[in-house]
Amino acid sequence: MSVNVNESTNRPTNDASEMLVEIRDAVKYFPIKQGVVVKREIGRVHAVEGVSLSVRRGETLGLVGETGCGKSTLARCVTRLHSLTSGQILFEGQDITDLSRSRVRPYRRRMQMIFQDPYGSLNPRRRVGSIIGDPFAIHGEGDRDERKPKVQELMELVGLNPEHYNRFPAEFSGGQRQRIGVARALALKPSLIVADEPVSALDVSIQAQIINLLDDLQQEFGLTYLFISHDLSVVRHVSDRIAVMYLGQVVELADSEELHNRPRHPYTNALLSAASVADPDQAAARQRIVLTGDVPSPVAPPTGCRFHPRCPKAQAICVQEQPPLVARAGDPDTHLTACHFPVEPGEDLTRVTATIPEEERAE
Amino acid sequence: MSADETVAASLTETATGSTAAPAVIPAGAIEGRSPWQLAWFILRKDRAAMISLGFIVFIALVAITAPLLAHWIGYGPTDQDRTNGITVDGLPVAPNSQHLFGTDNLGRDILVRTIYGTQVSLLVGVASTLLAVAMGVLVGLAAGYFGSVVDSVLSRAMDVVLSFPFLLFAIALVSIYGSGLGISVFVIAFFTWAAVGRIVRGQTLSIREKDYIEAARSLGAGDMRIMFVDVLPNVLAPVIVYTTLLIPIAIVFESTLSFLGLGVVPPTPTWGNMLSDSLDFYQVAWWFPLFPGLALLLTTLAFNLLGDGVRDALDPRAGRLSQD
Amino acid sequence: MLRFLLRRLLSGVLVLWLISVFTFGLFFVAPGDVPRLICGRLCTQTQINLITKQLGLDQPILTQYWHFLDRLFHGDLGYSYYNSESVNTLIGQALPVTISLAIGAAVLWLVGGVSIGVISAVKPRSLLDRAGTILALIGLSMPSFLIGILLLYFLFFLLTTHGMDWFPPSGYVPITSDPVEWAHHLVMPWCALAFITAATYIRLTRNQMLEVLGEDYIRTARSKGISRRRVTIRHALRAALTPVVTQFGIDLATLLGGAIVTEQIFGLPGLGRLAVTSVVRQDQPVVIATVLLAAVFIVLANIVVDLLYAVLDPRVRLT
Repeated sequence: MSVNVNESTNRPTNDASEMLVEIRDAVKYFPIKQGVVVKREIGRVHAVEGVSLSVRRGETLGLVGETGCGKSTLARCVTRLHSLTSGQILFEGQDITDLSRSRVRPYRRRMQMIFQDPYGSLNPRRRVGSIIGDPFAIHGEGDRDERKPKVQELMELVGLNPEHYNRFPAEFSGGQRQRIGVARALALKPSLIVADEPVSALDVSIQAQIINLLDDLQQEFGLTYLFISHDLSVVRHVSDRIAVMYLGQVVELADSEELHNRPRHPYTNALLSAASVADPDQAAARQRIVLTGDVPSPVAPPTGCRFHPRCPKAQAICVQEQPPLVARAGDPDTHLTACHFPVEPGEDLTRVTATIPEEERAE
Repeated sequence: MSADETVAASLTETATGSTAAPAVIPAGAIEGRSPWQLAWFILRKDRAAMISLGFIVFIALVAITAPLLAHWIGYGPTDQDRTNGITVDGLPVAPNSQHLFGTDNLGRDILVRTIYGTQVSLLVGVASTLLAVAMGVLVGLAAGYFGSVVDSVLSRAMDVVLSFPFLLFAIALVSIYGSGLGISVFVIAFFTWAAVGRIVRGQTLSIREKDYIEAARSLGAGDMRIMFVDVLPNVLAPVIVYTTLLIPIAIVFESTLSFLGLGVVPPTPTWGNMLSDSLDFYQVAWWFPLFPGLALLLTTLAFNLLGDGVRDALDPRAGRLSQD
Repeated sequence: MLRFLLRRLLSGVLVLWLISVFTFGLFFVAPGDVPRLICGRLCTQTQINLITKQLGLDQPILTQYWHFLDRLFHGDLGYSYYNSESVNTLIGQALPVTISLAIGAAVLWLVGGVSIGVISAVKPRSLLDRAGTILALIGLSMPSFLIGILLLYFLFFLLTTHGMDWFPPSGYVPITSDPVEWAHHLVMPWCALAFITAATYIRLTRNQMLEVLGEDYIRTARSKGISRRRVTIRHALRAALTPVVTQFGIDLATLLGGAIVTEQIFGLPGLGRLAVTSVVRQDQPVVIATVLLAAVFIVLANIVVDLLYAVLDPRVRLT
């Protein structure tokens, strides 16, 4: 899937521009305000904290994590729906972090989003043709009559009946609506598509259709995807590389197969053990790692390694020191893990227990 | 899930060139029915609302053709019939073949005056409502969409307007700046826009959080485009309901101003000032207050009935309640 | 809770202040020539100058406004331009009339409106329900002066011509001098006001009741064997009444500021009448006082209603 059909045209040779998107040390806090007359800040949600990632042209980078881990916020920072608290976003080598709304507009043509909720992301009062034609209208391409054939072409491309041009979103099924969302994202021929849980709201059978559609479109147009999901099995299927996020930070980053075969972070191990497995024999045989406790509040994240309160392998150092995201002993350069005590192959996490004192853990 | 699957299955069929249309959609219905069309289908079945609509169209025609009608009847709105229109004691004349609705204390034909009163009532009712709705929509959209400081300022402004003892203040305004058609329209609009503004603001606040707004923003749409292309159509339903219900309120408001002698200047006939004139004569001339009063009541009744129908048609939940 | 109250009071004061500025400014820019109005046509320029000076109208608007605020904080609303009577006294005379009118009408419309609404909701689509719905519709569409004229015609004129002199057409008797005559004189205005206001309550109660009666917890209560009557009264009505209370607060407050038309028709010397006569005479101190008083009622009612809401509906939390 990583093989690009139009490799020669779409993949420049030099290393710098091979990176379509570079996220450098991105931090995003949401202030919590309260007050009678003057609003003062009483706290901050640490949604994204020090994430560095890059997306190569033509690849699919999967971003996985539980609800609330900051993956959607990160995606919205990349597409400049949110502005970063600190850090940098580079798109095609250009720093777009602090561009004004008007300056960022040209970039919006080249990066598009697909949203999770196929019901919420389409305006119920507008006709499908007008929704898909929105990108043309916003960027001033052609009048209504000129847009219509383009829109119908797009509808055909994503597997919709072009004659349904004048229908309303309510007249389509969930899967069809998501196709509408894909057509809209595709309209301006972007180089990057950020897909925020594009199949999570769909039935399993429909999920496969949409994923196959995205796959075909990537081959045809040389698209780059930033694919976000909480479901590791979906991400594994579509991604070339996968980044695992926990509480606003990337805890593990590796090639898709590598991550599945040799997960090093205890959190990744837990996620993998919870993912659905097609083979029932295998499913029965495997050991589930059940994490204790809830995800800590992102308003007051834990010290040191953020995973330590729930980690079966946590020790005293995990409470004090935040592990860097680096290649660990025995791993290839492309496999980065942020853990003081990475899981060794064959190690059974269901048997180990943490060795930090209870009072420290409680904090 | 099975429904989704069948639709998806039939979708792949159509996409691969098969002629079979998806089962759930009747063949040939390629043009989607807009939510507005659907509402109209429901409204059309509401007999009370349709009769009201018919009546409103009728009085609108009456208002437009008032001069023609007056010419045909034979009296102008301010013509005083001193021979047949007033008794020897100087009292109004009861309905008869010459004056179908009788005459008033000055010998003027009540039928013609009631017909002319339609003009003022409809004009002031509709014009002030449209003005109020336009202003309320703009302010409500801005307050709800931009939030923060803009919202604080505009919401406070709406609070102030809604806390005004409005009839009293309307009277004050009119007494200072003189009465007339224009000032009536302005005063009524001034005290009703805030209610529309509040509704629109509330709706906008919830629409603003929808994914499709974020989608529009990610496409690079500007604030104006999002407000008017994406938000406005979604807040329009309650606005339309409120508009139909605001018109009778405005008509009552206008007639109250006229009744208090602060509306359109006499001798121009309005239902309000006719009723006011009749106060001294109702004991001897029942027809004097009856016809303008009936016209006023039937008109507001028709608008209210239509408004109820529109609300039921646009809000299926309300419809379900009334049909329980 | 306290913080909520504080915030609401602050914003209420802000609203009132804005209204006072607005009203004050309105009269200042008004084209009317108050001294000439007071003095009459035959006044000499010296007399007019004297009156202007007496009323303080020669001073800049900010000074005038400052004097007004200063007096207001000492509980003094100033003096009428016309008869030099204290505005406090004028309002003190008018307020009991308006309160009598508003409270009596409120009792009538609340009892009438809510009970018709409940009956309609319990037996939807029945004859009673339709009658209630039509009554509500007529009440909503009826201008207050029209119902006034109707009542005058039927209850006063027709009855009197047939020798039944039951209802006096106008006038007010203080409750302190004769409670029976007080009520006697107020019956018609009460009915007129109650009829047009009750319409809202019929609708509101009916819709709320229908909604609540469809809720799961009502079905649960019924399935536990509680009688229909008890479920309707104890469970449904209580939940349905919350918005009715809100509406009631606002309506009562608006009326307390003066029922202009009703007072006019039935010749009641209340706040509304005082306001209208003062407006027509451009008696600025009286107008400002009545406008502000009416606004105070509305602002206060809004706060009280929000508080009541939290008491009645445990789901509402004040923040």
